[in-house]
Amino acid sequence: MNITFYLAATIAVLATVMVITRANGVHALLYLVVSLLAIALVFYSLGAPFAAALEVIVYAGAIMVLFVFVVMMLNLGEIAAVREAQWMAPRIWIGPSILSLILTAQLAYMLVSNEIGNTGRAVVDARAVGLALYGPYLLCVELASMLLLAALVGAYRLAETGRSGVIKGGH
Amino acid sequence: MNPIVFGLLNIVGILLALVIGAALLTWIERRLLGFWQDRRGPNRVGPFGSLQVVADMIKILFKQDWIPPFADPVVFVLAPAVVMVTTLMAFAVVPVTASIGIAGDMNIGVLFFLAMTSLSAYSVVLAGWASNNKYSLLGGMRAAAQMVSYEVFMGLALLGVVMLSGSFSLAAIVRAQSGLWFVVPQFLGFVVFVIAGIAETHRLPFDLPEGENELGAGFHTEYSSMKFGMFFVGEYIGIVLISAMIAVLFFGGWQGPLLPPIVWFALKTGVFVGFFILLRAALPRPRYDQLMAYGWKLMLPLSLLNVALTGAVMLTHW
Repeated sequence: MNITFYLAATIAVLATVMVITRANGVHALLYLVVSLLAIALVFYSLGAPFAAALEVIVYAGAIMVLFVFVVMMLNLGEIAAVREAQWMAPRIWIGPSILSLILTAQLAYMLVSNEIGNTGRAVVDARAVGLALYGPYLLCVELASMLLLAALVGAYRLAETGRSGVIKGGH
Repeated sequence: MNPIVFGLLNIVGILLALVIGAALLTWIERRLLGFWQDRRGPNRVGPFGSLQVVADMIKILFKQDWIPPFADPVVFVLAPAVVMVTTLMAFAVVPVTASIGIAGDMNIGVLFFLAMTSLSAYSVVLAGWASNNKYSLLGGMRAAAQMVSYEVFMGLALLGVVMLSGSFSLAAIVRAQSGLWFVVPQFLGFVVFVIAGIAETHRLPFDLPEGENELGAGFHTEYSSMKFGMFFVGEYIGIVLISAMIAVLFFGGWQGPLLPPIVWFALKTGVFVGFFILLRAALPRPRYDQLMAYGWKLMLPLSLLNVALTGAVMLTHW
């Protein structure tokens, strides 16, 4: 189990680095999909099969497809890739890199000093997730659903067409 | 038998049966279409034309394998592999019989199936994008919107079955149907699942991603030789997958009297494969906006209604 975890975690980190460094939008998104799949495997090896499946279905399978869809519609091509490559100048990435290095150092310290919380490795199946969601965390679920409803109404308003077929909200 | 040897035999057997079966389906489909459309279909090569598959295979392997200079070469090659890998992976959780099958008892089997079908959307979308061709791009965009939408209804249609059986494991779902097939209490879910399954495999009447009369060949316009062959065979494996899932989820899987379980499984799957082909022979293609409106305005409320009704009945009668 430990080997699967470390292998998946390494792939996730490498793929995420590739996401940041790719200039081509679709290539970056493909690495992001790989990264999400690796995270799903991490969840699975930590005993959360339900979360792993949802990670693949929702993030890798639906949200990322929509991202690819948008990138396809924009049809960025060569010019965007060149511009994107210019944005990868050292003065751009050096700040965030220092900040994330500090975080990495902290993580490494916690791992070494064994201050990390015990994951327990008890399998959290769909039933346990459901009981937690609709028991102690019911209020959060309701709040999230209201937020999503607002987003839905907003999207509907933006794309609403009158009888003439002209988009009303999109100006 | 040694469990490792048995496991390997299982994997190799299922893989071979699928790939050979899918290749044979190309011939079966053309014969059946010929029968239903009152013509002969391929009947020259071998007895009843059954060696047509071999002839097609030889032809397709010897065609020039061309990658267009304007395409994105890596993604272009990756796309046909994605459809094969994801649909074959999904079979890992299909319980053929109580003992045959790779991981039929997996505790998240239904979710694994949904995950693999949602990932298979990438093959069509990426093929459309990587070809760098207007027709392909339009096909890929249609595929993305269609598959993401119908995935939602597919998942919701399955929820009723999961609620009744109390498990995400496909083997447990089959065992829960020993008294009554789920098609009876879950008829609405069954109908929604079949329609969503057709849209997911982008088969006629929902084959708008490749609609020949408007898009050339849609997402695979630029594909030739065995790369096209992989899309072709991948589509048939998808049909077998959806048919097998219908049999497992709604028609009691391997269970049945007299005949051995594997025969029951093959028979039930075969009937739905035939139904898929009959649909192609019988129905015209809808317009694209009709397809999307039909999904969100009819299928979504129906599948939600199904979940609500199932929940209500379970609350009052259990």
